[in-house]
Amino acid sequence: MEAASIPAQAALKRTRRRLDRLGDRGLYLLTGLAAFLSVAIVAAIAWQVIDKALPAIRHFGISFVWHSTWNPVTDVYGAREYLIGTLVTSFGAVLIAAPLSIAIGLFLSELAPPAVRGPIGSLVDMLAAVPSVVIGLWGIYVLLPVVHDHLEPWLHTAFGWIPLFGKPSPAGVFPAMLVLAIMATPIISSICRELFVSVPGDLEEAAIGLGATRWETVRGVVIPAVKGGVVAAIILGLGRALGEAIAVTQVIGNGVPIRLSLFQPGTTLASQLANQYSSQITPLSTASLIYLGLILLVITFTTNFIAQRIVHRFDKQRHS
Amino acid sequence: MNGELSLRATGSARRRLLRNRTAEISMVLAALVALAVLAILVGSVLVRALPALNLDLITKGPATDAFGRVTGGIAPAIVGSLMLVAIAAAIAIPIGVLTAVWVSEFAPKRLADQVKLYLDVLNGFPSIVIGIFVFGLAVKAKVPVVGIGHHQSAWAGGFALSIIMLPFIARTTMEVLALVPNHLREASYALGVSKWRTVLSIVLPTALGGIVTGTTLAVARAAGETAPLLFVCTYASATVTWDPSQPVSSIPFTIFSYSENADQHAHEQAWAAAFLLIAFVLVSSLTSRYFLDRSRRKLGQVG
Repeated sequence: MEAASIPAQAALKRTRRRLDRLGDRGLYLLTGLAAFLSVAIVAAIAWQVIDKALPAIRHFGISFVWHSTWNPVTDVYGAREYLIGTLVTSFGAVLIAAPLSIAIGLFLSELAPPAVRGPIGSLVDMLAAVPSVVIGLWGIYVLLPVVHDHLEPWLHTAFGWIPLFGKPSPAGVFPAMLVLAIMATPIISSICRELFVSVPGDLEEAAIGLGATRWETVRGVVIPAVKGGVVAAIILGLGRALGEAIAVTQVIGNGVPIRLSLFQPGTTLASQLANQYSSQITPLSTASLIYLGLILLVITFTTNFIAQRIVHRFDKQRHS
Repeated sequence: MNGELSLRATGSARRRLLRNRTAEISMVLAALVALAVLAILVGSVLVRALPALNLDLITKGPATDAFGRVTGGIAPAIVGSLMLVAIAAAIAIPIGVLTAVWVSEFAPKRLADQVKLYLDVLNGFPSIVIGIFVFGLAVKAKVPVVGIGHHQSAWAGGFALSIIMLPFIARTTMEVLALVPNHLREASYALGVSKWRTVLSIVLPTALGGIVTGTTLAVARAAGETAPLLFVCTYASATVTWDPSQPVSSIPFTIFSYSENADQHAHEQAWAAAFLLIAFVLVSSLTSRYFLDRSRRKLGQVG
């Protein structure tokens, strides 16, 4: 009886081992394939966008980037107005969002009583979860009237001598900046908070021990310790602002050419895409529209890549 | 004068304290501004949604009355959104979770870092560009992809949303898998259990709570996306369809098109749709965040 069971057990062991080897290899291949797909999709997106923009690239060349006409009648297109619009709105938004976000990050990491840190932090993160189309809807019917009736006239009387602050207008670049700032703030502030929390407590205690006030500790120790990370956080916020299409379309007024006054309507690369998606008249106009998307992709890829490299380096530093 | 020592700060100390106070107050103000914006946003959606919040909204399709005003409801959009998100989740969850398993269990460190970097870059892609990608791949394809064909469809829309979800699911799953304590894996190996069985019956079940909540967050995010759908899934009929090879309406797109409509009734419906969307997104992300934190804490205690 016992003697007979031994070969059977050995055979069982052998099949188990074979099954395990198969399972290990199978899971490795399956998961590896998934990982490959995840990375390949980045390349596939780039390839598709370039491929579909090709007719416009061939026709207009690189000068498309700085030509200002967009005329479906003569079938001549250029990206300049949209490119300027994208850069102006995004940088303006970050100019508003960055100081605000750093202050929120500092409040949540240094100042707030521990009991409220979690709840307030999650509420600020909630702001990032609000869909952009809802922010845009709110922008049209709540934000725009307030900006037009109160904020813009006030800025115009106070700083009207600067051409940037011209006559108030119902929709324009300035409200687009505000909307983008609302969207960028939770991104920047949540990264900043994590960075500030990661600064070793003994560094801060040493500064306080030397008699520094809280602000001096922040200025002299906390911010310098994570300066690169804060810059990366701001660039990530910028990336978010550069690529936003829907909410911007809803409040920017979609007008070309872009004017010197921030209160006048403008257009961005993304908002032009969101606005023209249904009006592709000629093959060349479709390709030109996708060319705009390609320019947008190049800009956001570069900014994100740089920022992510910095963030990843910080992560590694913290873990080692 | 009378020999008493004053504790009141003077001169430069006073200036320093004043500056410190100013800085502290502006930090508090910044946090208050963010909270106020959130409160005003959610509050105004709530208030303005009320006139159109009724049963018709979720049971009827859009229609116009004799005066050309928008009436009816957004039922096709609700069904469409459900369908798009279901398709997206069915594509993105397996690929995202498997990618995370490869990165945290199998991959050499260098490659793992690369995959993480590219996932983060993908996460930062403008969502409208992802719409263009799917437009080029499935809608305007030279060779029609089987079943997707040459036109807009819910398949194409769901695929676009799955690309939005993918990096999110993969990254949160990685985070949770990294929290699974190593001694659980080692205990399993010590018992002679092979790697694949360890992954399937020890690692993944331990991390399941975190994976589910991470996925919910991704679904909530994708449900609110409009931009990727613009090029691939917008020419929808006004009636409810369950056929994924046809283009379907969606809640975000309905809000977008109604918000630019001149009709007052369309605005009311847009606000009501926004209310439904925001309620879904905020409730699901709040609860899943709560559970994510809890499962993180639990895993932290085990380790």
